[in-house]
Amino acid sequence: MRYLPHTDDDVTQMLAVIGAASIDDLFASIPSDCRRREGLDLPAPMTEWELDKHMRKLASDMAVCPEHLVFMGAGSYDHYIPEAVKQLLGRSEFYTSYTPYQPEVSQGTLQAIYEYQTLVTRLLGMDVANASMYDGASGLAEALLMAVRVTHRKKVYVSSLCHPLYRQVVKTYFEPTGYQIVELPYLENGRTDLSKVDDLDACAGIAVQSPNFFGCIEDIETLAKKVHGDPKTLMIVSFTEPLAYGLLKSPGSLGADIACGEGQSLGVPRSFGGPGLGMFAAKKDYLRNMPGRLVGKTKDLEGRRGFVLTLSTREQHIRREKATSNICSNQGLCATAAAMYMAALGGTGIHALAALNRNKTAYLQGALKQAGLDLPFAAPTFNEFVVKFPAGFAETYNRLLGEKIVAGLPLESYYPELRDHYLLCATETMDREDMDLLVKEVTS
Amino acid sequence: MNNTVGTTGLVLNEPLLWEMGKKGRIGFSLPRSDVDPAPLDDGLTGTGPDFPDLSEVDIVRHYTRLSSWNFGVDSGMYPLGSCTMKYNPKTNEKQASLPGLAQAHPLLPPQLAQGALKIMFDLERYLAEITGMSAVTLQPAAGAHGELTGMLLFYTFHKSNNQQRSKILIPDTAHGTNPASAALCGFTSVPVKSGAGGILSPETVAGLMDEDTAGIMITNPNTLGLFEDNIRQVADIVHAKGGLVYADGANMNAVLGIVNMADLGVDILHLNLHKTFSTPHGGGGPGSGPVCVTRELEPFLPVPRVVMENERYRLTYNRPESIGKIHAFYGNFGIQIRAYAYILSMGADLKRASQFAVLSANYIKERLKGVYHLPYDKPCMHECVFTDQNQRKHKVSTLDIAKRLIDYGFHPPTIYFPLVVQGALMIEPTETEPKENIDRLVDALIAIAAEAEERPELLTEAPVKPKVRRLDETAAARKPCLSG
Repeated sequence: MRYLPHTDDDVTQMLAVIGAASIDDLFASIPSDCRRREGLDLPAPMTEWELDKHMRKLASDMAVCPEHLVFMGAGSYDHYIPEAVKQLLGRSEFYTSYTPYQPEVSQGTLQAIYEYQTLVTRLLGMDVANASMYDGASGLAEALLMAVRVTHRKKVYVSSLCHPLYRQVVKTYFEPTGYQIVELPYLENGRTDLSKVDDLDACAGIAVQSPNFFGCIEDIETLAKKVHGDPKTLMIVSFTEPLAYGLLKSPGSLGADIACGEGQSLGVPRSFGGPGLGMFAAKKDYLRNMPGRLVGKTKDLEGRRGFVLTLSTREQHIRREKATSNICSNQGLCATAAAMYMAALGGTGIHALAALNRNKTAYLQGALKQAGLDLPFAAPTFNEFVVKFPAGFAETYNRLLGEKIVAGLPLESYYPELRDHYLLCATETMDREDMDLLVKEVTS
Repeated sequence: MNNTVGTTGLVLNEPLLWEMGKKGRIGFSLPRSDVDPAPLDDGLTGTGPDFPDLSEVDIVRHYTRLSSWNFGVDSGMYPLGSCTMKYNPKTNEKQASLPGLAQAHPLLPPQLAQGALKIMFDLERYLAEITGMSAVTLQPAAGAHGELTGMLLFYTFHKSNNQQRSKILIPDTAHGTNPASAALCGFTSVPVKSGAGGILSPETVAGLMDEDTAGIMITNPNTLGLFEDNIRQVADIVHAKGGLVYADGANMNAVLGIVNMADLGVDILHLNLHKTFSTPHGGGGPGSGPVCVTRELEPFLPVPRVVMENERYRLTYNRPESIGKIHAFYGNFGIQIRAYAYILSMGADLKRASQFAVLSANYIKERLKGVYHLPYDKPCMHECVFTDQNQRKHKVSTLDIAKRLIDYGFHPPTIYFPLVVQGALMIEPTETEPKENIDRLVDALIAIAAEAEERPELLTEAPVKPKVRRLDETAAARKPCLSG
């Protein structure tokens, strides 16, 4: 086996040094009643070439662009990823290293993450960003737990337009804590309704997603003003599509105390939902309550600039049960990919690309509307939106799957009141002809 | 020592991203617009973030230079204890980047996602076979996320018996994530002192275990590199009081195909695919921390579950007793693919991997034990723990030994862990390291021990060969500068 270099001769020599008669003797400390009696029942080892063939077949059993037109976002977005980003990420000095516990030989990772933290603070308009969380969902859960820690209050409000799967994760994280989660309804225009909140002074934080699950851009400024009616309550802005902030005002500039979400759209392949990138940023007042790793700038013995993991007294390996989170491994390589992607776009490019996403979606919205379809939510959108198809559209949807078109995500299983409503997404990867084809097919 | 791996060479300086570039450059091929502009209301939009504008070549050189300041498994031997820095096979990277898998949307209807669902289904089966457990969830994104899942399973299991237990037993040799994960589920950790020879004693556990204790979290083999040979008695004690046994599988690389975790009395076990199953660590992640459980606990696993009927796969959320979801989708699928490819490449040779990992660790232990103090002199598993006790008289510490090893061209071992050993140096060679490299590492450590005696400043001033020397971590924490 090519990953196992020991020859019989090596084994003999090593056993001689150890003074053991056989490899089995080395396992003598394992009591016999703890030993496995039967061998491993696994498929016979594949050669590299057999594996290629096997995997190719599995991969061919999947519907992906460009053979399929997948008009689906909902927390996982199709964006072009520059070849340079892919190849740089393939530098194995990055991907085969561990967490940078030895900074002298990890400056590549450390500077890359420091730059990532910086670009994230600039994108989101926040003071500090951590080195990443697992995904947007766990990031939201940790943000809400952080609000509880900061305020010592035990109730949080979460918009029903936060990603439904994120809300499920929040519920799981909160279940053993006894803290209360209340979901906020949505308005007719597809934005969050805050009018029912009448106990701000008991509330640790309010989480709103923008653009929200319906694709609508929330009026964060107005919401934040209301949330800050109590000076202690934290405004948490979640997101699934950070590219939007290439165009939109940043959450920080609109009053967010914590901004967190999924960064997959910034140069990370969708990969059937993971690995993605949990982005997490806050105002500096809350720095010591933040979960996750942080990279800081410092100097070496000779006064040269260098980077280290810092403020680890918040973390599990020092604080153990009193840590701000149990997170250890994060999504470091995805954060590096996002930094490369943001650097490739630059300030000029990210603004232009975000505008293109907005324009593509506006085109599709206009064409569907013109074809007589109902777009039920009036609030402005970024690169996805809800459309109401005629009753019984499910049949057409299934027919289109056979024609290699995925006409969005049916919303009924997440919002039972939204029968025949579908969430559609069009990014820069959708050509006008693709969108015209969709419109033609859904209306025929 | 002559002919060491470590040397100096031309390493290039590189500024921070925003210290370079010029407004108007771009490193991205912007797609042509084939639609009309549809500007948003001015109240919503801004001018965009203050990112530097760079060309493609700027970015390529930037990250290429940064990468050259890093040490990875591909650079050289990385004997970081408890981290299992084995070789990360190249073919695994290729498989994970196949467009059909890498570009797949997670919410595709099942008939359009059979390939991915089959990979998940089969990987769960293989991990169950390898561990001896009955059912597996792949959803946790890392080891600590697996621990959290395990603690949620503890909580939910007891709740299903109308119990709310408040404590959990955690040996003093545990990873820091263990108590932190337990705390997230409201459990108070009760530390358990390891007994003579670094092994948990059943009597100590019996003295602490009661009906308000949810169970125990055990790392086996433990962080001293020793097999917890009383584990069956310990499990019986915990089970007799209605508790559960959680095993932290961070050290599973020692016992693949050698022990059956269910037979040991383990109810829940997490694996680290980025340790035992060869997936790369990515400079901090992404990892993957599947959780394996007994048949009894399967109904509590996170949703969705992958199920197969007539060779067709689908996801089901219909699991009323489930703890819920712990990841937005199905965990780090791209990492799962790599582990799947590894298992298919290795098959039953996984057992040989563990045998060689243990052989190599014992070989290192024997070669070094006269030079460095070995607190537990008995056969070890896949890692061995030394201390700086013999070197302290020369005013050098574990940290100095570790830093000097960098100059010799090796990544240092894990240091100052486990906490129960003062000045610990925890060495894990893994099975993928050839004997010649292991000998070079041992020779370097022997040379360093001699230097400690004769020229201790070589250690206290080390490292001198990397891009930077020791960094001021105190200043970094005192006045944090976390962005530029």
